[in-house]
Amino acid sequence: MTFTKQSPWQKTLSYAALIILTIVVLGPFLIGLWTSFLPTMDIAKGNFFSTALSFNNYISAFTKTPILRYLGNSLLISTVTMFAQLFFCSMAAYAFVFLKFKFRNLLFGLFLVTMMLPFEAEIIPNFQTVKSLGLLNGYGVMIIPFLTSAFGVFMLRQSFKQMPAELKEAADIEGLNHFQFYGKIVLPYNRISLLTLAAYSFLGSWNEYLWPMLTTFSNNFRPIQNGLRQLQSEETFNDWGMIQASAAIVVIPTLIVLFVGQHYFKSGMNEGAVK
Amino acid sequence: MSIVLENVSKRFDNDPETLTDISAEIQTGEFFVIVGPSGSGKSTLLRMIAGLGSISGGEIKINGRVVNDLAPKDRKLSMVFQSYALYPFLNVWNNVAFGLNARKIAKVDIKDRVAKALDMVGLTEFKDRKPRELSGGQRQRVALARAVADDSNICLMDEPLSNLDAQLRIKMRQEIYNLQRKLGLTLIYVTHDQVEAMTMADHIMVLNDRQVQQIGTPSEIYQEPANEFVAQFFGTPQINLLPAVKTAGSQTSLDITADFALNLNQTIPATEVKVGIRPNDLTIADSSELNANAVVDNIEYLGDETIVYATLNSGTAVRVLVDGQANFRSYQPVQIGASGKVMLFDSKGQRLHLTKEAMSYA
Repeated sequence: MTFTKQSPWQKTLSYAALIILTIVVLGPFLIGLWTSFLPTMDIAKGNFFSTALSFNNYISAFTKTPILRYLGNSLLISTVTMFAQLFFCSMAAYAFVFLKFKFRNLLFGLFLVTMMLPFEAEIIPNFQTVKSLGLLNGYGVMIIPFLTSAFGVFMLRQSFKQMPAELKEAADIEGLNHFQFYGKIVLPYNRISLLTLAAYSFLGSWNEYLWPMLTTFSNNFRPIQNGLRQLQSEETFNDWGMIQASAAIVVIPTLIVLFVGQHYFKSGMNEGAVK
Repeated sequence: MSIVLENVSKRFDNDPETLTDISAEIQTGEFFVIVGPSGSGKSTLLRMIAGLGSISGGEIKINGRVVNDLAPKDRKLSMVFQSYALYPFLNVWNNVAFGLNARKIAKVDIKDRVAKALDMVGLTEFKDRKPRELSGGQRQRVALARAVADDSNICLMDEPLSNLDAQLRIKMRQEIYNLQRKLGLTLIYVTHDQVEAMTMADHIMVLNDRQVQQIGTPSEIYQEPANEFVAQFFGTPQINLLPAVKTAGSQTSLDITADFALNLNQTIPATEVKVGIRPNDLTIADSSELNANAVVDNIEYLGDETIVYATLNSGTAVRVLVDGQANFRSYQPVQIGASGKVMLFDSKGQRLHLTKEAMSYA
């Protein structure tokens, strides 16, 4: 690839394209954020450039709706799901990489097959199962089916496989058993992949909508995404300002995960192990 | 801490044997170098001693105890890998202390040993750095410190210097040697570099073609190679191996070419042999075209000596080492002779055993 100096004309053109794309991508988000500060009357009238900005929508979201409960539910479900996935996926991936057993590759192949089925296709059998287990309308129903994920195992297996073989051999000579090697070397060595999986599973769980909608019927257990939907239909007159404010609140964890994650997703953390 | 190998062999699934019938005895406190070209199975052998690879046949004994089925950790040895195998998420101190911690040794002891090991390799001031903040040579030293901190008296090293540049390699070579002597380690060192083998070893095992070619001290290996392979592997520039036949009507003379004869100090036991002559035992002199038996191809000036590459009239290439700056040029006709030590090999490449050292005189 050669870098040639762009002419001012080309530069203007590429920046114009970038700015347009930025507006297209960020526009709806900014409009949403903006309207969350406007009184509902102004929104209804289409008066988007109103100057009556306030935090009233946020205050009423917290005081008039069970949004705090929803947030708490989601936080609990997502956190437990995240830690469970980290634990079970890393254990399974360890077995697929470092333990030698018969039919290992066949078993892993089967594992991958489950990844190819879309979740929607599994919903009916899953629903039947949790129903007969009596789990409906509770935290368990939103956590137990997601304790592990084929994708997580697949991702961590790839990551574990890229560890230099000498590290395992050095550990063998030092006399580490499997649990020591897993805990003291494999996990810290692959912390970037683990963080990635943590962010992925937390957000996946946070943004889950279809499954909780089918399996929860009360505000006590309803997670935030479904709660948001609930705000809309419970009132005959939709308080759009408040709904926008709630939506903005819901996005906050995603943003936190992204910004915090960025700091850790630096490459080059494992340099110096070999060579 | 002596290590004995008895008829050890290695076979990977369905492949022909990688190693056949390897026997050796490594004494306590000895610097033992296993050397051979790549693919000769030297790393495989080392891994079998370490317990990282299974043993297909024969026995390995450490201190008189058969260890064939013993896990690596129970063999009580340490190992330095070619790629160092440091833990990137731990600093230097913790890298060295890692194995000791894993074995649940008393904290005070660990502190003591790690400090001593780091001091020995001169890394005390770097103890808080991560491996990625170290240079190649420093990483190598961390790996050495890790092996030293361990109290096992057997240390295995798998080409530990091959990732370093030439200058550093010489420096680390001396450091490893001094460390081994100071601690009285029984050290088994694998390398493909004959210079490393010659300079450090008490005994060298030369591996090639699945088998031990020779085991001996560096001077035995160099002076009395058991076969053509060993003779060629040691010494730079390489030894000259020249096919020759016994001169008709003489018991002590060999013809390398019609105009290059060799007079030996004893009777020659075979009619067709290969003569091995080290480049510094060949002589070269300017000659008229009529008397010349070779033509200069190329010369390499090394500073205090010069290598002259020439081709005999028979078409065989020879290397001659001349002191100082030799005044030869390409295509110059020369007279090549031999005065000094020669070695005779039979048609299978094995050394011919003579009653006394073979010398040629002009």
